[in-house]
Parts: sequence; C-alpha cells; structure tokens
Amino acid sequence: MSEQHTFGVDRLTVELGATRALSGIALDVPPGAVTAVVGGDGAGKTTLLRCLVGEVRPTCGTLRRPGKHHLGYMPSTSGVWRDLSVAENVAFAATAYGVEPEADRPRALLRAARLDDFSDRLAGDLSGGMRQKLGVVMAMLHDPALIVLDEPSTGVDPVSRVELWRLVSEAAAGGAAVLLATTYIDEAERASSLLVLDEGRPLVEGDAASITAAVPGTLIATATPTDRTRAWRRGTRFHEWRPDGASDSADSSAVTITPDLEDAVIIEMLNRRAVAS
Amino acid sequence: MWPMVQKEVRELRRDRRTVAMLIGLPLILLVVFGYAANFDVSEVRTAVYGDGAETVAGQLPDLFVVDTVDPNGDESTARQELVDGNADVAITTGGTTTAFVDGSSLFTAQTAAAALAQAPGSITVDILFNPDLKTSWVMVPALVGLIMAFIGTLITSLGLVRERQAGTIEQLAVMPFRPSDVIVGKIAPYFVLAYLDMIVVTVLGALLFGVPFQGSVVLFGVGAAVFLLAVLGLGVLISTVSQNQGQAVQTAMFVMLPQILLSGMIFPLESMPWGVRWIGYLLPLTYFVDLSGGIMLRGAGLPALWIPFAVLAVMAVVILGAAILRFRRDLAPDTGAPPNIDGSDAERTATA
Repeated sequence: MSEQHTFGVDRLTVELGATRALSGIALDVPPGAVTAVVGGDGAGKTTLLRCLVGEVRPTCGTLRRPGKHHLGYMPSTSGVWRDLSVAENVAFAATAYGVEPEADRPRALLRAARLDDFSDRLAGDLSGGMRQKLGVVMAMLHDPALIVLDEPSTGVDPVSRVELWRLVSEAAAGGAAVLLATTYIDEAERASSLLVLDEGRPLVEGDAASITAAVPGTLIATATPTDRTRAWRRGTRFHEWRPDGASDSADSSAVTITPDLEDAVIIEMLNRRAVAS
Repeated sequence: MWPMVQKEVRELRRDRRTVAMLIGLPLILLVVFGYAANFDVSEVRTAVYGDGAETVAGQLPDLFVVDTVDPNGDESTARQELVDGNADVAITTGGTTTAFVDGSSLFTAQTAAAALAQAPGSITVDILFNPDLKTSWVMVPALVGLIMAFIGTLITSLGLVRERQAGTIEQLAVMPFRPSDVIVGKIAPYFVLAYLDMIVVTVLGALLFGVPFQGSVVLFGVGAAVFLLAVLGLGVLISTVSQNQGQAVQTAMFVMLPQILLSGMIFPLESMPWGVRWIGYLLPLTYFVDLSGGIMLRGAGLPALWIPFAVLAVMAVVILGAAILRFRRDLAPDTGAPPNIDGSDAERTATA
C-alpha cells in the first residue's frame, strides 16, 4: 500500500448534455474505510464514480484521486472480458498493473473469492455473482490506494454478497480507501460512512448512526397510518413519520420506534419533497 | 501493448461468428466474383504511334478516344504507355498496324478487341498482360483489396464495439495504459490477420486462377499495408459511432457497398457519370484496385503508380488520425482540469 490520502470530490457538478447529473457533491473517501454512495436508479451514483476515476469530465468541482497505477475500478458491468477465462482476465489485469500474474496476491484473492477452482472457466460462463467477484478481484489485484466499485453486489446471491463484503472489508483493513455504490441501504449500513444521493444531489451523509440520530420528528410503527403520504410499509406494519413530533394514534398497537437507516433516508426524501412543494 | 495483443487474439479466437466470417466470406467473395463478374465499356483511351499515326487515328471508330498521336513513337513506347496505365489501347503504325491492348482492363480490352476487328484496314490485335482476357485475372487483384477492406472495416469495428458493448472499454480507460497502447494493441491483431489474409488470397488466387505477379512484391506489400491502415481507420471510426455490434455491421455495410460498386473493381469508373464517379474517387479501394492490378498484371512500378500510392497514404493518415482522435476521446474523456466553481482551474491530487 502506498502513501495514504483521503480521496474524494468537492463541489462537484456534472452536466451530461442538457441534464444536470450531479450538483454540488462533496465526498471524502478516507483510507482504511469503506465509503458507500447510496441512491435509487438514476440518482447519480455511477456518474459520481465514473467522474472520480476519470471516465466522465466534470463541469466544475475538484477531484482528489490517485494516479492510474494506484486506482482500482470495477464498472457496473463488472469489467471482465467474457471471452477470456478467469485466469486470463486476472493475468491481463495483473500485467496491466505491473503485477506478476503468478504472484501470491492474485492467487490469494482468487482463493478468497472462491474462484480458484474456476480458473479455466470463461468469464462469460460464470454466474453473475462469480463474475462480480472476479471484477472485484481484478480491481484489487495491484493493492491500489483507492478502490472504486460500482454496484458490486447488484444481482448477486446472499452468499456471494457475504464473500464480496469480506473482500472489500479486507481491502479497507489493509489501508485502501474503498468507495462503492449500492442500491441496498442495508448494505450501505455496513460502510464507515455514506452519501445518499437523490436526483443528483446529496440527500444525507455521514455514518449510519449519526444519520439516524438526526432524524427530526417522531417515527411510529402502526397498522393504520393517519397520514398515508408520510407512511411506508415495513414488514407487516407501516412506519409513519410525524414531523411535528406527535405520537398519538387511533391504533392502540401503535408504538414510537427508533428509525433505522432506511427509515432515515425515506424521511429525508419526504422532508425534501415537502420543502420543495 | 503485448498483453493487449494477446488478450485480443484470445477473444477473437473464441468469437466463432467472427471467425466464420473471416474464413467463409473471403472465399465466397473470391469464388463468386472471380468467376461470375462481367461488364461492358463505352470509351477506350487510345494512343497511336508511328508514321501513319494521324491516318489511323482518324479512321478509328468513335469508341476510341485518341489522347496521343505521336509519329515518333514505336512499339516499346506503346508497350510502356500501357504498363504505365496511360492508355487502354496503344497502336503502332508503319508496316503492319498493331493494336496493343491492355488486358488488365478486362472489359475495356474485350470491347476494344471487338471494335478493332470491325475497324477499317487491317489491324493486328495483341492483348498484353492478360492475353486470354480471363475475368479472374482482373478480379483477383481487386478482391485482395476488397477482402482487406472487409476485415479492416467490418471486423475491426466489431472488435472495438464489443469492448464498448461489454463495458470493458471503461476498464481499459481506467487501467494504466496509454491510449496509443490500447489503440495499437486493439488494431495490431486485425492488421496482422488482414495482412495474412491478403497473402493467402494473393497466393491462392495465383494457384487457383493462374494470375501472374509481374511487378514488385515489395511495392505490392507496402501498398497493401498503406491501404490496410486506411481501412483499419475506417473500422475504428465506425466503432466510435456505433454503440453495439448491430450498428457497427450496418455502418460497415454502408461503407463497404460503395467500395464494391464504385471502386472500379466491377464497373469501370470511366463509364460512370460524374454524379457518382466522384464518390469512387473518395474510396480507398479505388486506388488499391489501381495499385494491385498495375503491379500484379502490368508489372508497373512506382513512377507509374505514385498517384494512387500518394492518395492512399494521405487517406491512411487522415482516416486513421481522425479515428485515433475519436477513439482516444472514448478512452480519456477526462482530459484537462475541470473549471472550478469560481472559474479557476481545479486542483487535483494525482499522486498516491
């Protein structure tokens, strides 16, 4: 691992044609930690990541990133060559980054990703999860200072997700700054810090605990919400947000609860839209 | 660059449809066009030499457009004029009147020979370079160019678009390759493959059809390489305007079809109205057909062929240059610092 920096972006705005894809984004990606960018489809996650790795030219703002030899990237398509085998993909990426393909690290990463038994299999013949893991392995081969992963767990089965997270966590524990995009809030909760994007703008940011602690008003769990525009289903019940802090309800079973990260994000979206309207 | 070449070759080997096209289509083109092509001509460029040049020139049918009348010229002048491609028919007078006909312009030669047989006076017809007026002798040198154009344009564009379609071009852009490494690494296997194909087709053409190779192999090889660079450039250009392989195929066909029809390999350019003929002069294959026919059949050298050579070289530089610039834009879109919010250049940490 090379000298450690906090990477990230400041005051970043990206316009793609007539569309403003990102507006006023600031994000720190510190070494030794996993930072998550969360948001729905079209929120701007991929644009932010592509901007940071140099794939998209920002309209204005500042980028803090390492040189290419110290940057590992997995695009949303996994970035593997389907007509090459697992071993050939790894060998190509290793050679590109100046790593000996037969060195210990590529072997260890393949073993950690449980791909070592599939070395001769074409990447195109791997399952989606295995392909994603291969993409993550290729992004980490050269022990980069900054690892950028675009939705590495999308479409991946739970077991592979666990393995993916183990790879990511180990890279961060080794000192790498890891930035990953995800649509899964439960996954983002595992990150040291996170930035939630909504329509290209920052919605909330910080660590999961501080975000949930900052939720205004009251959250109740009820079977019959009073105001459906501020309620959402969680399991068999509804969670209803009361911005005024009231906790009364016609439902005798209603209870006041502590919001989790998913609740906090939904509340912040409701809050923003209420302000906008 | 070498890893790029290895990777590209491995990918190409496993792309069965592409390999099938590489093997099947050139052979189909060779056989179909080699045996079946046919056409007519309405104008024959003519030079007349010797003591009776003025008289004979005046007696020729209208089909013969006499560009040169030289009483001092002789048989060697006439032959050289045909080698240099300055005339389709060169007639020597004084004693017996002999019409030397350029057999490398097959259909012009057929038409001229038939017309000379009907002409007044006794004219001996001597067909040079392709005495039996074999269609294949004329088609094979042109097909060599067509096949290189096919590989260079279509197959190259497909290979490049595959990277974009699979999303791996993003990966290449982020990897510590120079754009030139990626571009050269991507097209080098296609260059080698097309060049090998050119050699195979030239040799196979000679073996199957007995096509002679009268001129310089080196000159031919260099000309083929220059032409190949131009058509590879077309392939790269097509890939930069195609989002998927379907689009690349369509665009490549759009570029290939005029080359087949308007390059002079099937229909003589001289017989076309200027409304379409000018398109032919914009196509690389037009000049390679001139070059390959001239070298293989007539044994022409650089002094006679410098114009198609020079045009191909300029085309190669312009097309490949434009293609590389466009492809480079895909690989390194984030060039130059973005303007900061306050209008100054943004600072950027680029070290780790």
